[in-house]
Amino acid sequence: MTTAAVRLQRRTVGLRRALGPIAQARGFARGMLWAGSGLTLLFVVLALFAPVLSPYAFDQYQSNGQRFGQLAHPGHGHILGTTVQSTDVLSRIVWGAQTELEVVGLALAFGLVIGVPLGLVSGYFGGVLDRGAVLFMDAMFAFPPLLLAIIIAFLLGGSVSSGVLVAALAITITYIPQYFRVVRNHVISVREEPYVEAARALGAKPLTILRRYVFFNVVQNVPVIATLNAADAVLTLTALGFIGYGVQPTQGAEWGYDVSRAVSDAASGIWWTGLFPGLAIVLLVTGLTLLGEGLNETINPVLRRRVIRRVDFAAPSLEPSSEILEP
Amino acid sequence: MGQGSSLKQYALTRLGLIVPMVFILLTIVFLLMRVAPGNPVDAALGGHAPQAEINRITHELGYDKPLYVQYGDYLWNVVRGNFGTTISDRRSVGSIILVNGAATLELTFFAMLVAMTVGVLVGLLAGRFRDSPIDAGGRLFGIVVYATPVFFLGLLAQLVFGVWLGWLPTSDQASPLTQALLQTHTNIFFVDAIIDRNWSALWDVTKHLILPAATLGIVYGGVFIRLIRVNVIRTLKEDYIEAARARGITERHVVYRHAFRNALVPVVTVIGLQLALLLGGAVLTETTFNWPGIGHYLVLYIENRDYAAVQGIIVVFALVVVLVSVLIDFVNAFIDPRVRY
Repeated sequence: MTTAAVRLQRRTVGLRRALGPIAQARGFARGMLWAGSGLTLLFVVLALFAPVLSPYAFDQYQSNGQRFGQLAHPGHGHILGTTVQSTDVLSRIVWGAQTELEVVGLALAFGLVIGVPLGLVSGYFGGVLDRGAVLFMDAMFAFPPLLLAIIIAFLLGGSVSSGVLVAALAITITYIPQYFRVVRNHVISVREEPYVEAARALGAKPLTILRRYVFFNVVQNVPVIATLNAADAVLTLTALGFIGYGVQPTQGAEWGYDVSRAVSDAASGIWWTGLFPGLAIVLLVTGLTLLGEGLNETINPVLRRRVIRRVDFAAPSLEPSSEILEP
Repeated sequence: MGQGSSLKQYALTRLGLIVPMVFILLTIVFLLMRVAPGNPVDAALGGHAPQAEINRITHELGYDKPLYVQYGDYLWNVVRGNFGTTISDRRSVGSIILVNGAATLELTFFAMLVAMTVGVLVGLLAGRFRDSPIDAGGRLFGIVVYATPVFFLGLLAQLVFGVWLGWLPTSDQASPLTQALLQTHTNIFFVDAIIDRNWSALWDVTKHLILPAATLGIVYGGVFIRLIRVNVIRTLKEDYIEAARARGITERHVVYRHAFRNALVPVVTVIGLQLALLLGGAVLTETTFNWPGIGHYLVLYIENRDYAAVQGIIVVFALVVVLVSVLIDFVNAFIDPRVRY
């Protein structure tokens, strides 16, 4: 068997082991999983098929040379009404889904790529480097995350032209300490496990141990954290948009920005420009949270009730045997 | 530290750790503010000020010195409690903290009260009736509340209670008349009105406070619901609860007297940990309700590209968070000897 094939097999084993409990989930957890997946999927579909689903472009204010009505009531060609700039509220929500998911996807990817390796190395090697890193990350933790994101977005806004990238980086920086902390603390407990000790005794290099043994055991926590963080990231992104940073109005539709514009509409009793984008935020964040919480409870009931045992004996650190393949 | 370490020793170690932490914080803020391209004075003056004027202010504020000198000056100033002067309107950051910080304190304090009330009520009920419809409802409420951006809830509150029902004002800390008449003792309007025994002002201030505090408090309460529910469930499984039941104490008494009190202890820790989150939420709430708090001003200063103001305010924010977290640790160590490792 080639190494690539082994690796692929390992992955499917992991996937099956991860998906097994989901099928067995019952009660509230099951409800959370279904509702969460449903809501999240809805927005993924909206984002992917925005060009087909959206009646107009996100910044389109006229059609066939005729300008849309300003602040038109919902109905009559604009199901959810129009904004002050005569743009279609529904279209902005559909295109907004694309913006939110792009930014959150990027932010999660950045956060994982930077935070997880840092935590691995820091936790495994320990020493002065680890102490310094922990102190630094703890200091970062002391900043209100939203403020940090605002400042980063503000600083990058001048030099990086892509609003999506600016927002993603700003959000990333607030999450790196979190990934770092979780991964590092986990590595520290895994580091002393017999199988790691055994690998060390066999003369495996530190990097090999990290990559083949520690990584797979630690990384299992990450999907849950990532899903919950995605929910949080949407909130941070919309908050940035609300304050006027991150994705700029010319670059894409952003729900938080739309709500910020609606605050002045509200004084004159206009509700549709704020209500619908706001509801979109609530639904997407609720979906992601339900998904994350549901995963948390089904995959890892131990973690929820009491944090005692995190040793995984069927870890895919060994060659996958037929026994593991067919549970 | 050994096993028999005392509270005093714990306190000293914990205090000792603040110094490097604060130092790192200060350095991060300083570096972040210097990474930005362009002359901060030029930016703060709107980019149209005459060159001579820019040079004069740049020199006055010391922005023409080498970076390491600026860094040294900055650290020394912070040590002496001088957080700098804003460039755009030449206020001292210290006075911003006193005046606008008081408004933020007022808002966050009442928001915290709302959050505790909502969180404790819903959390206790959900935990007490675990896996019942009440529990499901409570948890769902917690999740939806968490998923609601504070500015969106604020907008809805403004629409319903401000515009449609016309019950409550939707912006500012008090009406202009009250602001003009009220003596400033503490800058916390609510307290000032009480000191002056000015009841009509107190009523006015309270009316202005209700929507922002309720908005921030309800959103923030979502955090507590989850925590308190889990704590109640855990506490109800403890042996002493079983023992209390075995002694024939009524279930009602067991739950309210024995379980709830103990379930609420860890909440103290979380209040400290979540302070950063609350301050972030305050920035948005203040912006939504035009509340003259420190967060609202921070956003304004960022818009004006006033680096000195932003730097000063951020440092104070971070210091508050660090100090409160240490304070909470002390309280915990005082209550629970197991913490003093």
